Amino acid sequence: MLKKLHERRRVQLLLGLSMGIFFGFFLQKGQVTKYDVIMGQLLLKDFTVVKVILTAIVVGMLGIYPLKRMGLVQLHPKPGSIGSTVVGSLIFGIGFALLGYCPGTAVGAVGQGSLDALFGGVTGILVGAALYSVIYPFVAKFVQDLGFFGEVTLQEVFHVSEVKMVLGMTMFILAFFVLLEIFGF
Amino acid sequence: MRFCEKFSLRRLKCLWLTVLLALLGWFLAADMLAQTEPEQFQNTSSAASGLLAMKSWSPYLAGAGIGILSWFAFLLSDHPLGVSTAFAKTSGMIEKAVRGDRTLEKKYYQRFEPGIDWEWMLVVGLLLGAFLSAGLSGDFVLTFTSGVWADRFGDGVAWRWLTAFVGGVLIGLGARWANGCTSGHALSGTMQLVASSWVAAAGIFAGGVVTALLIF
Repeated sequence: MLKKLHERRRVQLLLGLSMGIFFGFFLQKGQVTKYDVIMGQLLLKDFTVVKVILTAIVVGMLGIYPLKRMGLVQLHPKPGSIGSTVVGSLIFGIGFALLGYCPGTAVGAVGQGSLDALFGGVTGILVGAALYSVIYPFVAKFVQDLGFFGEVTLQEVFHVSEVKMVLGMTMFILAFFVLLEIFGF
Repeated sequence: MRFCEKFSLRRLKCLWLTVLLALLGWFLAADMLAQTEPEQFQNTSSAASGLLAMKSWSPYLAGAGIGILSWFAFLLSDHPLGVSTAFAKTSGMIEKAVRGDRTLEKKYYQRFEPGIDWEWMLVVGLLLGAFLSAGLSGDFVLTFTSGVWADRFGDGVAWRWLTAFVGGVLIGLGARWANGCTSGHALSGTMQLVASSWVAAAGIFAGGVVTALLIF
């Protein structure tokens, strides 16, 4: 691991900025900063969003897992529970369909001049995040740990080796792409 | 075939994988050719600058770019790509500017200390990158409302912004509740094969599809 590099704060801020530029560039070129494209996905008419995400997953996974084997990177799994992951993602999903952008694509959409993403979207997300800081003590105490399943990976859930899980996921996603293209999506 | 033996895969599985990869390559090539119209290259000196000036890329190409970017994020910064924590930190910074240091007494801001960090800079970069991409392709247009919305609910800007705001609030709330958003969970978490992230991705998609079908 490049520990020394990770600890240099200024360099890291600069790296964050540069990687963000690439991130925004790819999102905009992939058209997922467009309201119509995202709504097309949620209405199951246009599969651009799913194609972008699944390709990023396959390509990302096929780099990160070998790098992890070489000891160059470490994973950052997030803990999960029904109370936090399921409830939170459903609330997010409802908001996603109303806004038509997610946090990252809303910021990207502002960059391409979509003002509904700025005045409705980004402002709303900031208010929502502030609202969560108010109810956080309640959620942390009563909801967050309901049905806790922790920081597990899929290979641990299905009891298969890491290599098999990575290759299995790759084949699954590739097969899904082939089906999408065959059915003309 | 020797490559497969390294991972001790059976021959049949290896064959499957090869066929699938070949098919995907074929689809990708066909897709890119179909989306790349010759006119787009007319006023540009090289294919590379033509690529930068294109309004849209094949979703597979854009996705692959994001995937490769993730390698560098993990390798150089020990950080997955994520966006929503930066929103929480920005809210914290705004609240701190208004209410002062009392803000930091909040339990949530003790866990996510308001301030500028790698992820915050990533979001600033994201804005610049999208602006750059749109600017290079002539895709930068100031719009007050969006296509499908206007077709269904009319041109009224107030309604669109109000709905967008309500959606935004739910997104901000839900993203922090679930501990991640479409980037942190559905992109970075899933590629690490984290169970909670696949659950979150399914929840986001399910909630989004049902709501979209109900309102449209």
